[in-house]
Amino acid sequence: MPKLIITDRSGKKSEIEYDCNLTLMETLRDNGYDIEASCGGCCACATCHVYIDEKWTDKLKNMDDDEESMLDQAFDVKTSSRLSCQINLSEELDGLEIEIAPE
Amino acid sequence: MIEKTDVVIIGAGPVGLFAVFELGLLNIECHLVDNLDKVGGQCAELYPEKPIYDIPSRPVVTGQELTDELIKQINPFKPKFHLNQQVEKIAKTEYGWIVETNIGTKVEAKCIVIAAGAGSFVPRKPPIENIENFENKNVFYAIRDKSIFKNKKLLIAGGGDSALDWTNELSKDSNVTLIHRRKEFRAAPDSVSKMQELETKGKIKFLKGQIKKILKIQDSKIMLEYENDDKRLNIEVDYFLPFFGLKMELGPIAEWGLNLHENLIKVDTEKFETSTPSIFAIGDINWYPGKLKLILSGFHESALMAQEVFKYCFPDKKNIFRYTTSSKELQKKLGV
Repeated sequence: MPKLIITDRSGKKSEIEYDCNLTLMETLRDNGYDIEASCGGCCACATCHVYIDEKWTDKLKNMDDDEESMLDQAFDVKTSSRLSCQINLSEELDGLEIEIAPE
Repeated sequence: MIEKTDVVIIGAGPVGLFAVFELGLLNIECHLVDNLDKVGGQCAELYPEKPIYDIPSRPVVTGQELTDELIKQINPFKPKFHLNQQVEKIAKTEYGWIVETNIGTKVEAKCIVIAAGAGSFVPRKPPIENIENFENKNVFYAIRDKSIFKNKKLLIAGGGDSALDWTNELSKDSNVTLIHRRKEFRAAPDSVSKMQELETKGKIKFLKGQIKKILKIQDSKIMLEYENDDKRLNIEVDYFLPFFGLKMELGPIAEWGLNLHENLIKVDTEKFETSTPSIFAIGDINWYPGKLKLILSGFHESALMAQEVFKYCFPDKKNIFRYTTSSKELQKKLGV
């Protein structure tokens, strides 16, 4: 199975396997990471905010307007910021490195 | 004045609304309390335009449509709404419970039904160190009395409707600076163009950036540090008004002595009653083995809850199970 490399809020790095049918948010949540995702993944809040490692930015589908504007409700937004519910996992993302943004 | 009713429902989201229907069929009268200024809960606040695909018999329905139709469905039962307020305290009485809100509304009821979803919507606070020390002095997340801002220097943060509407409104009598992380805004296009016009005319100032720190307070003014393209800059104002939308938190419910399971209220799956008799919990806020946070689960839970609430409201009456399809009495109640 393909893998993700996650840095949690305490700075701890770990590897998890993922299923290509899920979004990044669902995968993080199901693996017990502290990610609120209060809207359940319909891009209506900004509580699944993550930073994507620069090496991977180009491999992801571009952010749409909905996601970009929801990020207005997040804090510490960087150029690498994404909402993890909007990232559909695929084989090509094997090895993706992400960091969970502060609450 | 204390109003009297049969049931107080905490939370006017889809599950709280449908509970009015199930209770109403059993002649049980309801009041609802919600912290938002409108009914519909998350459906109306977070995703009014987003489609929902798993409501039985509705292949697709938006959050707002679902809310509107539930309101129509429960209208025959004339529920009373207490909006814009949060239940703060509950106290046991001989009759049942007195429920008191943060603005002093008091309602006495036989039973309490908690249908509070993921909790109350409260302002999302920026993660700035020590910001709580400045709250309600130099920092406000909501505006109740705008007169205090007259002729003052204000910094408004955010890019949504609240940030833009208040920027436009307060610019009439105050010196307003708006700070937002980008030049685009999610607020209504009308408010955005009005703000841009004010900026062109020099009536307001716009800064691109994000607030990082509160540095100090001096002569009642507050000094903040913000980041703009890797530069750190300072701004001094009388008031800082961050508008970053709402988040949900359990709030006072956590203090009522109910048995909890990871911030959710434990209930049984027969009556959906909590560890405190005559207090029930339905919808996303409850927990039992196998719980699924679905609107349809909340609808089911409200029907079973109503059967038990009936016993508290009418201890001497027998509850005869009837269908709306065939019962003349139920149809009369529904006005059909």
